[in-house]
Amino acid sequence: MQELITRAKELLENGTVARVLGWKAGDLPYNPEPAYFTNAEELKDFVYNGFCGANLSKYMIEASKLEGKTLVCLKPCDTYSFNQLLKEHRVDREKAYIVGVGCKGKLNIEKVKSFGIKGIESVFGAEMTDNADTLTFQTIYGEKTCSYAEAMLERCHVCKGKEHVIYDELIGESKDTKDAERFAEVEKIEAMSPEEKFAFFQKELSKCIRCNACRNVCPACSCRKCVFDSTKFDSAQKANVDSFEEKMFHIIRAFHVAGRCTDCGECSRVCPQGIPLHLFNRKFIKDINELYGEFQAGADAETKGPLTNFTFDDAEPSIVANR
Amino acid sequence: MSIKNEEFRPKIVAFCCNWCSYAGADLAGSSRLAYPADVKIIRVPCSCRVNPMFILRAFEKGADGVILCGCHPGDCHYSTGNYYARRRMTLLFSMLDYIGVENGRTRVEWVSAAEGVKFSQTMNEFVEKIRSLGENVRLGDLRCKN
Amino acid sequence: MYKIAKENLPALFQLIAEDKELYVPVNNGGQVNFANWTESSQVDLDTLKSVKSPKDAFFPQSENLYTCYKDGKKIQIEPEELQNQNFVVFGMKACDVKGVEVLDKVFLVEPVDTFYAARRAHGTIVAMACHEPEETCFCKVFGIDCANPVADVATWMVEGELYWKALTEKGEALTAAVASLLTDADEAKVEEEKNAIHAIVEKLPYTNLSLEGWNGDVLSEKFDSPVWEELYKPCLACGTCTFVCPTCQCYDIKDYDTGHGIKRYRCWDSCMYSDFTMMAHGNNRTSQLQRFRQRFMHKLVYFPANNDGMYSCVGCGRCVEKCPSSLNIVKVIKAFEKQGGDQ
Repeated sequence: MQELITRAKELLENGTVARVLGWKAGDLPYNPEPAYFTNAEELKDFVYNGFCGANLSKYMIEASKLEGKTLVCLKPCDTYSFNQLLKEHRVDREKAYIVGVGCKGKLNIEKVKSFGIKGIESVFGAEMTDNADTLTFQTIYGEKTCSYAEAMLERCHVCKGKEHVIYDELIGESKDTKDAERFAEVEKIEAMSPEEKFAFFQKELSKCIRCNACRNVCPACSCRKCVFDSTKFDSAQKANVDSFEEKMFHIIRAFHVAGRCTDCGECSRVCPQGIPLHLFNRKFIKDINELYGEFQAGADAETKGPLTNFTFDDAEPSIVANR
Repeated sequence: MSIKNEEFRPKIVAFCCNWCSYAGADLAGSSRLAYPADVKIIRVPCSCRVNPMFILRAFEKGADGVILCGCHPGDCHYSTGNYYARRRMTLLFSMLDYIGVENGRTRVEWVSAAEGVKFSQTMNEFVEKIRSLGENVRLGDLRCKN
Repeated sequence: MYKIAKENLPALFQLIAEDKELYVPVNNGGQVNFANWTESSQVDLDTLKSVKSPKDAFFPQSENLYTCYKDGKKIQIEPEELQNQNFVVFGMKACDVKGVEVLDKVFLVEPVDTFYAARRAHGTIVAMACHEPEETCFCKVFGIDCANPVADVATWMVEGELYWKALTEKGEALTAAVASLLTDADEAKVEEEKNAIHAIVEKLPYTNLSLEGWNGDVLSEKFDSPVWEELYKPCLACGTCTFVCPTCQCYDIKDYDTGHGIKRYRCWDSCMYSDFTMMAHGNNRTSQLQRFRQRFMHKLVYFPANNDGMYSCVGCGRCVEKCPSSLNIVKVIKAFEKQGGDQ
């Protein structure tokens, strides 16, 4: 982290960048927030640790409109999102100075709390330099520990790897934290009977409170005006009616990013109700891979996306029933 | 709780492209080829005009089955529209299957302006299929039911 | 004071549910929220905070107001029935109860919201003391004592036993209805528990948060402050904070076309949304800065200005836990405090 701050200061001072987009230490040990820094003084609050899960690439849409370059800290998986935005001309490469930061898996505080750890006063083991396998929490109710790997976000268990696909410079070591198959959960659902599938999604989606956090955090959801915000259209984006609206919203949300979703996992990270939203996106990714060839959105900024492309001998939609 | 009795008359929405399938439906009519009145046709400029939301919206408002008809691949009035529609619908149908909606409630068929017979056959088959599946309860909005 | 063993709670719920609706914290797919109790409900009284506040019981996220349908050539309008059955909300926390008090200030003043008023009239609140408050809690800042919830019935869970004390007439009535399951108890254990809770509250990081400078008289000063310009930036404009909040009371009214009529319903709205307070002429808050400011100004300035200094935040800390960008009302208060110190 110190190396990162030193370099950021340097680049600010020599005028290469006008601001730094990173994370600011929170008021609790685990809640840093995305923030802009414009001078050395402000950088005192800069932080980069295991709790900096936010994907900053989406903030670059706004930052691209500002005067001067923005230094943005991107983790390996965030760089895919940046590439995808670049492909869609939503960010300006010239306005970004990308520092690829190391990552050894990001933490999910909800997961930590689900282990019964509460009243947290301080955390040890979440720093990048710690390289710890165990997290130690000082809490009001005594010292508690949990394994770092078990407290990781879902997306880190299916890590895309430690390579940054776009950057200006790299700072820090990364670790491949993959310990699960990316499509295992999807396959499990595919194997269910229609009744079981329906019951599963009904249960998960009935939790949805229509807060739109999944949509707003998504780097692929970058429309200026969302179809679900239209006042001329009776898709009540705010009604929680426990029947159809939630399904409609989540299917369409996932469909609109199909072929563009890099599987960054932000939707599942931010869902206040813990709905495994990545299961929708990943289903589309799996289908695309199987039907139209392996495709990783954001791997580069040029290749045509699978839904803006076709071949003459694509499968017919009836394949779904015949599989 | 699907109601399976003789009375069940499914509601079917058919999106037909202006250039081929709608003309095909026309031909079926003028050739006096019968197809059930349960099929309500919505004319669209091209099969690729059909947004996944149209399909879901039809189900929401009470459709029991939705079918999309367009020009045969290669014959699109706009050259390539139906190729894009094909990919989209494949993915959408797969997603519907994934969340537990019965297979067979959705279908895509390519019908040219000369295929009045195919149009009528397809619609007869599709209505039969939906009859056997019964009422759509998994994708409808409860508020539309009463 | 009475008590009941924890393992007898299902029997208690069964008894209450015989002639009343019962809302309890239920674990559904790993998340605890208040829901209608059924025998198969996975009741969870150990989780401190439900994800959504229990305000749903009185002010549901979506509710129908009336239905229009065609009857021949006429249009019939059928108003939705008001709540007419008694119900019990079991397991609300002191902050949640205070949240209902805030809602009362909005919905029970003229013109009275009849839907809300009917629910308040038929609802009995059984509140529970917070056994183990968490680091995100700051109810003490708003003068709430989480060891002494003020509701129809106050309860304490101590060593596998639920201590029960009726505080109002409604509470007495409920107590009488379930008397067969309750046994007499003395207050010593409860006093001990209260002391223990108070000791923990003192240790919480936000307990000494200062609200100095936040009142109904500082409108322009706070409104025009440059602090907002930095603060709002990480905000994603989602509605998480407003939808988990026990005091947010803004709603929208919309029509749903059922194909054979219209259902006019209301649903929670969020000041974070771009169509919030959208009017014929457009929207009076066009930037996220303005929307973000609205939320906190409302809670800490406008509301106290109109309600004798009562804040419309109760310190439950749900927004602190759930904000995807880790922004929250505490950070806002602290940022202004820091700014004030610098000057």
